Amino acid sequence: MSGSVLFDAPGPKARRLSLTLSIIVGVLILAGLYWLYSVLAAPRPSSGGITLPGMFHPSRWDVFTNPEVWTFIGAGVLRTLQAAGAAAVVAIVLGVVFALLRTAKTAWIRVPTTVVLEFVRGMPVLLMMLFILLAFASGAYWAVVIALGLYNGAIIGEALRAGLAALPRGQREAGLSLGMRELQTRMLIEFPQAFRQMLPIIVAQLVVLLKDTSLGFIVGYPELLRSTMNNLASFYGNRYLFSFFAVTLVIYLIMNLTLSFIARWLSKRTDSARRGGKAGKDIPVDPALAIAQASAAARQAGQGSI
Amino acid sequence: MDVIIDNLPRYLSGFGMTLQLLVVAGIAALILGTIIATMRISPVPSLRVFGAVYTELIRNTPLTLVLFFCALILPYLGARLDYEVFAMIGLSVYTSPFVAEALRSGINGVPIGQAEAARSLGLGFGQTVGYVVFPQAFRMVIPPLINVIIALTKNTSVAGGFFVVELFTIGKELANANGNAVVAVLLGVATFYLLITIPLGIFAGRLEKKWVVAR
Repeated sequence: MSGSVLFDAPGPKARRLSLTLSIIVGVLILAGLYWLYSVLAAPRPSSGGITLPGMFHPSRWDVFTNPEVWTFIGAGVLRTLQAAGAAAVVAIVLGVVFALLRTAKTAWIRVPTTVVLEFVRGMPVLLMMLFILLAFASGAYWAVVIALGLYNGAIIGEALRAGLAALPRGQREAGLSLGMRELQTRMLIEFPQAFRQMLPIIVAQLVVLLKDTSLGFIVGYPELLRSTMNNLASFYGNRYLFSFFAVTLVIYLIMNLTLSFIARWLSKRTDSARRGGKAGKDIPVDPALAIAQASAAARQAGQGSI
Repeated sequence: MDVIIDNLPRYLSGFGMTLQLLVVAGIAALILGTIIATMRISPVPSLRVFGAVYTELIRNTPLTLVLFFCALILPYLGARLDYEVFAMIGLSVYTSPFVAEALRSGINGVPIGQAEAARSLGLGFGQTVGYVVFPQAFRMVIPPLINVIIALTKNTSVAGGFFVVELFTIGKELANANGNAVVAVLLGVATFYLLITIPLGIFAGRLEKKWVVAR
């Protein structure tokens, strides 16, 4: 974070100003949160002359004392993780295959792969899910897994390709000069290095993948979101809708933040490994690699995240 | 093929809605993201913390859940708006942290010496960022930002699951109505999305290549 470079160390005046600003902002945020809380907690009159209890009233939360609700939510979490796990395996395998095909020497392989990849990456995952669901009548689970696997495979493949391109050419030449074949050099010399350098991006993409399993909600795969917001909420009635929403949000945040944390830890570890510990801190990171990582990271906004 | 030509007006109306979502949410996300990015590099610690927490929370929430919040919980809070507007709000909130991250990584990519030189000339925070750092960060920021917009284009399809009649919804309805031509119908929908995403992608790739060589 270059924050400290962008401004001087604050003097007494600036510190006072910054403290005042901090307090004002803090108060504003707290006031906003309190407003949100009070609106949600306020009982509201309903059309039939009945007053409905506020969102935090115990009668809206008592379902969670029922262990069966938790088993149901747990099953939803498991199905989310199951779909995400299967899709992650498909995505990584496809990613390696796509990267190999895209870096192939023959144009007959490279160009069609590029076209297919562009097609897959330019299409919404949701549309792909619907396509697989309707065109292959595969059932919602496979629609979710295959669509997510294909889409994220395309993105991981692109990241790996960028990693391959950023490797020093000597690596490949050394492999070839030892008498290895093209494919051997790729698989044994280049891929392990590219994979390792792109690992943070791949893990970050897996966070996106986990998030995107929630699209199963729309195509009808009973993952976490669908089992809480649809199945449970319609079984127990709309008055629990907010409670189920809050619980679902917390579960998603826990899952995703854990994975994000792992991704960040990995990227820190590879970073320090690349710089050779503390002593070599001033050695600049290879710019080609930095650009490759930055552009690969930017493609991840949501559904590809995005 | 006939299915697509027969239903072209419906495709176009869906495409119009998608474009509308894209443009409004895109502009709102750019503005919101710029504000968040400024907060994250600002000298005021509480703003930095707020920016970081906001980014972390939103980035780790699925878009489906964000849209759920907008479509079902916001009306509870007293918002009386169309579902299109809710979808626009959801999409811009969801996209804003990605915009902020793209901007911030661009700013971080400018060599430290530039900011140091600016400061040693006596420029303040606003001047350092506005006159020296950001103009240089700009070229590095554009390709990632285009990629964020491409992602947003694809994400508008999720709004189709929340009562907004856009391209995806049209595709679903047409596929249900024409069970024998599902593949053609959905390929037609895909074409419209590709019409936006592929040119943008090519444009971003061009810029990236050009500017990588320039350095």
